Amino acid sequence: MTFTTGHELDGAVPGGPLADKWDNHKFSMKLVNPANRRKYSVIVVGTGLAGASAAATLGELGYNVLAFTILDSPRRSHSIAAQGGINAAKNYKNDGDSVHRLFYDTIKGGDFRAREANVHRLAEVSVDIIDQCVAQGVPFAREYSGYLDNRSFGGAQVSRTFYARGQTGQQLLLGAYQALMRQVARKQVQIFARREMLDLVLVDGRARGIVCRNLVTGELERHAADAVLLCTGGYGNVFYLSTNAGNSNVTASWRCARRGAYFANPCFTQIHPTCIPVTGDYQAKLTLMSESLRNDGRVWVPRQAGDTRDPRQIPEAERDYYLERRYPSFGNLVPRDVASRAAKAVCDEGRGVGTTRLAVYLDFADAIARLGRAVISERYGNLFDMYRHITSEDPYEVPMRIFPAVHYTMGGLWVDYNLMSNVPGLFVLGEANFSDHGANRLGASALMQGLADGYFVAPATVASYLASTKLGGVSTDHDAFKEAAATTQNRIDRVLGVKGRRTVTEFHRELGKLMWDRVGMARTEAGLVHALGRARELREQFWQEVTVGGEPSNLNKDLEKALRVADYLEFAEVLTLDALHRSESCGGHFREESQMPDGEARRDDERFAYVAAWEYTGPGQDPILHKEPLVFENVHLATRSYA
Amino acid sequence: MTNGTRGITLKLKIWRQARRDAPGRLVDYTLHDLSPDMSFLEMLDVLNEQLVREGQDPVAFDYDCREGICGSCGVMVNGMAHGPEAAVTTCQLYLRNFDDGMTLVVEPWRSAAFPVLKDLVVDRSALDRIIAASGYVSVDTGSAPEANLVAVPKAKADEAMDYAACIGCGACIAACKNASAVLFTGAKVAHLLVLPQGQPERERRVAAMVARMEQEGFGACSNEGDCQAVCPKEIPVDVIQMLAREYARAVLKGAT
Repeated sequence: MTFTTGHELDGAVPGGPLADKWDNHKFSMKLVNPANRRKYSVIVVGTGLAGASAAATLGELGYNVLAFTILDSPRRSHSIAAQGGINAAKNYKNDGDSVHRLFYDTIKGGDFRAREANVHRLAEVSVDIIDQCVAQGVPFAREYSGYLDNRSFGGAQVSRTFYARGQTGQQLLLGAYQALMRQVARKQVQIFARREMLDLVLVDGRARGIVCRNLVTGELERHAADAVLLCTGGYGNVFYLSTNAGNSNVTASWRCARRGAYFANPCFTQIHPTCIPVTGDYQAKLTLMSESLRNDGRVWVPRQAGDTRDPRQIPEAERDYYLERRYPSFGNLVPRDVASRAAKAVCDEGRGVGTTRLAVYLDFADAIARLGRAVISERYGNLFDMYRHITSEDPYEVPMRIFPAVHYTMGGLWVDYNLMSNVPGLFVLGEANFSDHGANRLGASALMQGLADGYFVAPATVASYLASTKLGGVSTDHDAFKEAAATTQNRIDRVLGVKGRRTVTEFHRELGKLMWDRVGMARTEAGLVHALGRARELREQFWQEVTVGGEPSNLNKDLEKALRVADYLEFAEVLTLDALHRSESCGGHFREESQMPDGEARRDDERFAYVAAWEYTGPGQDPILHKEPLVFENVHLATRSYA
Repeated sequence: MTNGTRGITLKLKIWRQARRDAPGRLVDYTLHDLSPDMSFLEMLDVLNEQLVREGQDPVAFDYDCREGICGSCGVMVNGMAHGPEAAVTTCQLYLRNFDDGMTLVVEPWRSAAFPVLKDLVVDRSALDRIIAASGYVSVDTGSAPEANLVAVPKAKADEAMDYAACIGCGACIAACKNASAVLFTGAKVAHLLVLPQGQPERERRVAAMVARMEQEGFGACSNEGDCQAVCPKEIPVDVIQMLAREYARAVLKGAT
């Protein structure tokens, strides 16, 4: 598989000085009169932080909102699992933070592969998010003064992370969910639970609706609106094992890509350094241990390869605190991609620990000695409990064993400054878009982006789209809806009709292993070429050999999975091709051919300072690569150093 | 098992029900050589893969995060909501809690307000409707004051967090002989009650949520405490007393 090159993309970034762009743009955008808003309807797919906050806010403003979730309640979306915190440039700690510093840290953390104007807007809006959440009753951690507490996260030298124990995502999502349910009570929002979006409907080139499957009855439903907001999260489960929830998937995004939306930077995937290691083949997911643990935990392995002693018996002098050694100024708080690669490197040297030798220690002994067990318990108690439940080891006594795992995907559907994809009327928010984190996301910035997009950015830009576009009424009997429903039905019939001998999970597991081995933490040209060939074979085998249990017209999780895995198999090729074409290393994308003598990533700004946006042209056919050049007017393109 | 040691055998009696209005029954399955490090839901995954290979209908059960925070999963294991281990959800239950050869009866949540949709999957949308009744602070986006304008004593913020930790799984209701939802409703009322942000709407909130709870068919509380015992987040029964007091206060103040 190769590709052809298309046209140059324009991100529609407003003019003027960086710090004034968003304010000026808000003034120049068109508004919808309050009395006219009820004439518009908006579909929001996904009810995590981005979707719930967008649906609630659009409802408050007076639009009719149809909100869809694959789960039984919007409160369960996977944002709920985010542990550590949310960044905001409040500078409550008086340690030198500012909007500009958060902007700079995010651009640098993303290894100079994000759009400046988007990132600056994110940093500006961050402070409003905290105000909003506190007013909703989000129980953020506080100091004895009664004022808000902060902690540090990777890639920053200031304390700007707000948190609610180790359950920040849960509390922020419940805040957004409650705001959403308030709009349900006001009849501004209608919730469609247990629905999965299976196609996007375009009428006259604009996004005007969706086809979804009612996951209880199996019925295909058609819904029409004036705009569609996709807030369906990331695609980490293409690797089979990841920290993502079981139902997180790429289908909604991929179905949009098949209808012409460009998929940007799919190879920018984040491997999180601190997850609980794999124990057996039956394992369905990996559990993250929050990055916040690196505030107090120290990462180490034995100096000698093959040292199998109990970690408590290994004397200080025979331990290698490799992050503190290699990166003295950031120490254990280097960004995730750097920490993950460093863990892989020591395991490759044979210095990994535990039965599989694929783990490193995260040790709290020093912190407990310094601060006392009570303080550590207050900061991380629920995380320690979670670790103990899974491993039956007590991290207060024995160091945690951790290893990197797929966690977050920076890539996603391409959007312009207004968060609109190249398909007019299709907006993409949160993790589902590509826009703010470049090639690597900093910790505690996903929650910030989801809520920035949903509470503050999309409500303004969607209004401007509605106000400035001539949109006639559209019925779900329109031919475009019929065609999309028929296509979806054919696909369901086809996958059920294969009646082969291999389960959906077998295919998913095999694809995931291929992706982890060849398109994971370290990528080579030969490995990627192999993965491309093998992914294609797997896709062909899937359609000849898969077997799917259950009936189509009933609650059927095996069928749900089959349709998702079919999409992963197509998407995996584009992800791999993107990784192959980008022969530089940057952020979470590490090409072994492109490294410094000391093993750090070597970026190639001459050739790759652009967003790669892929237009899909059909299974097995060459996609088209469109490029959006990245222009840096406010930061100096520098080699990222945390030493 | 991959590491050479022999795993355990478990006999499962699982509730199978084809759809909402269909009759259901317990069906026997036996699984061998299970690793004690396997989670309960991973065991169901293994069973389902086997059933699909045999051309049978896999067992439907809800799950998502598999780390105890989304509240999707939840079944009765030998009559105990989320199984025998304290303070965990079903996805955090590991087979090391069970002995070789044991029989496990696996059933869905039981409550008139939670109709079975298929096998172990129930409809818990009644809980969303209780929140929609008034389980929020009515603050529109953009109208919030500076976050540090109001100091909240640390002890109050911590207490609010204890109550806000509820994951809405429904175990408290499944475990209650009256199928009462007072622990769930009490947790939300208590969370917002101890914070200054929750004060302006406190009477209206509790009155509307209690009314909705009754309308959904949840029973009354008879102080058994089973709800607290099974709660994976260890929400204390104190919230039920807070709910009762707060409701009485609201009634006295004329809120309906």
